[in-house]
Amino acid sequence: MVRVLMKGTEAMAEAAIRAGCSAYFGYPITPQTELIHYMSRRMPEAGGVFLQAESEVSVINMVYGAAAAGVRVMTSSSSPGVSLMQEGISYLVGAELPAVLINVMRGGPGLGNIQPSQSDYFQSTKGGGHGDYKLITFAPSSVSEAASMVYDAFDITEKYRHPVMILADGALGQIMEPVSLPEQGASKPSVKNWALTGAKGRPANKIFSFYLDPKGLEEHNLHLQEKFKNIDDEIKYEEDISDDMEILVVAYGTVARILKNAVQKLRGEGKKVGIFRPISLWPFPESALKSASMKAKQVFVSEMSYGQMLEDVRRIVPDEIEVKFYGRAGGVVPSPNELYIKLKSLLERGV
Amino acid sequence: MSNQILERPKSLTQKQFHYCPGCHHGIIHRLIAETIDEFDLREKTIIVQPVGCAVYIYEYFDTDVSEAAHGRAPAVATAIKRVSKGKFVLTYQGDGDLAAIGTAEIVHAAARGENICVFFVNNAIYGMTGGQMAPTTLPGMKTATTPLGRDVKKQGYPIKVSEMLAPFEGVSYIERVMVSSPKHVIKAKSAVRKAFKYQLQEKGFSLVEFLSACPTGWGMPPVDAAKWVEENMTKQFPLGVYKEVGLDD
Repeated sequence: MVRVLMKGTEAMAEAAIRAGCSAYFGYPITPQTELIHYMSRRMPEAGGVFLQAESEVSVINMVYGAAAAGVRVMTSSSSPGVSLMQEGISYLVGAELPAVLINVMRGGPGLGNIQPSQSDYFQSTKGGGHGDYKLITFAPSSVSEAASMVYDAFDITEKYRHPVMILADGALGQIMEPVSLPEQGASKPSVKNWALTGAKGRPANKIFSFYLDPKGLEEHNLHLQEKFKNIDDEIKYEEDISDDMEILVVAYGTVARILKNAVQKLRGEGKKVGIFRPISLWPFPESALKSASMKAKQVFVSEMSYGQMLEDVRRIVPDEIEVKFYGRAGGVVPSPNELYIKLKSLLERGV
Repeated sequence: MSNQILERPKSLTQKQFHYCPGCHHGIIHRLIAETIDEFDLREKTIIVQPVGCAVYIYEYFDTDVSEAAHGRAPAVATAIKRVSKGKFVLTYQGDGDLAAIGTAEIVHAAARGENICVFFVNNAIYGMTGGQMAPTTLPGMKTATTPLGRDVKKQGYPIKVSEMLAPFEGVSYIERVMVSSPKHVIKAKSAVRKAFKYQLQEKGFSLVEFLSACPTGWGMPPVDAAKWVEENMTKQFPLGVYKEVGLDD
């Protein structure tokens, strides 16, 4: 494993190439433009296809085409661009096509700004497009983790024939950190006997999500629901807890990382503070969070949004445990000290 | 004693078409299937199907087929062609699909000179959803959403797709045909064949526009509808070759 200093966007791009991604389609949008720049140079070197499309709508449909043809494919974008992709994501799910998608979230709604945000949690984990589905969503909190997540995502998306979203944010996309790049060739595209490669020596393959007969569509949906249950195997989280926590802090991505500083400081002062970081946002680490929260007097959630993951946490944490929230949005990143003060005041007020 | 003089193209399945009497989709399907057979391409062909009446293409063609969201077939086909070496890729799209919701996709696929064939069926109406105005609806034509006839002052003018796309450098071949009589079917077949050759010779984007009847959507008996194509549609959409960069021998 080579250890190099890389920007988040570039590390994710390089990890995809090392995972055997052989097609990348993109459209410029800040704060993830370095990813498309990197791919425009590296993809042809690696013998793959790079194409800058006319819109994110076209991008996601190109992803769909490449996935239908059976190759490992990825795209990346940022919030407004990912909104435009929702139609195509629903089609990927309906047709059971594997693809890796990256959202380097920025402030919204609307054009918003280009600063870090976590306000696309609902869009990513609750469906986003039309129809009954949820998207496999992983949230990294370091450049190294983002790279390995992208790498692993190619195996996961093929395993379930269901798209995988890497939900990063503007901060993770832009920071530079030492990263251990995964090895080229260790992850191999699976054999896809369903892919469109020309009907030679086999019956013709069809990729579709169209079932005019309601019974047929219900059956297809039941099949998808059954498949989604198995995705529980991909649940990932990180926790640093004890049996007698005064407070359990729950956060993901960049905010989890900032909160770690605040938690360390409080622990230095003798406070019993635990931290729980969901890594897979869907499927959400429900039972792990539930049992962790039962060891705490109160739970504190912080996000760069006005409370999206909060709804899942409130749903999971037993009613008798109070869940407090602190969110910043619009591209504002909370500082370690700001979160420290917030936590400290919660601790001093008691339960 | 009898000799079989005609058979179903091998590239079609045995499934019976669901199209209304007098609809031209069936003829156009057959022309494409025959040409796939002629060039021995069945095992290399990947079709990208539209949304609209021809959404069932995947049941009719015995080739690999991918569905595409409404209007997005050129983007899907772009990717399939680019990642699949040596495969033959075509889209089959209607006028609502290609000339309304999918305008960006078709324009940019043409501008990039994607080496795909597009078979564009223009029947001046949204057939599957119940006969609403399409971008190609003729001025004055009555539809479910222009009950008094298309008023160009309010609903604008029809889009002429062949004329619009022909100037792009990436486009190798565009011809507008119709299939309303045996004579025209033969002409249309030769246009299909030519479009195939342009892709096989890697000349870039090719498109055949078929003026097509929709007796149900137009509220006409099949014979009148075919006549209406010849007498009215060809005035708005003149037949002919709009682009032809030339094939190798």
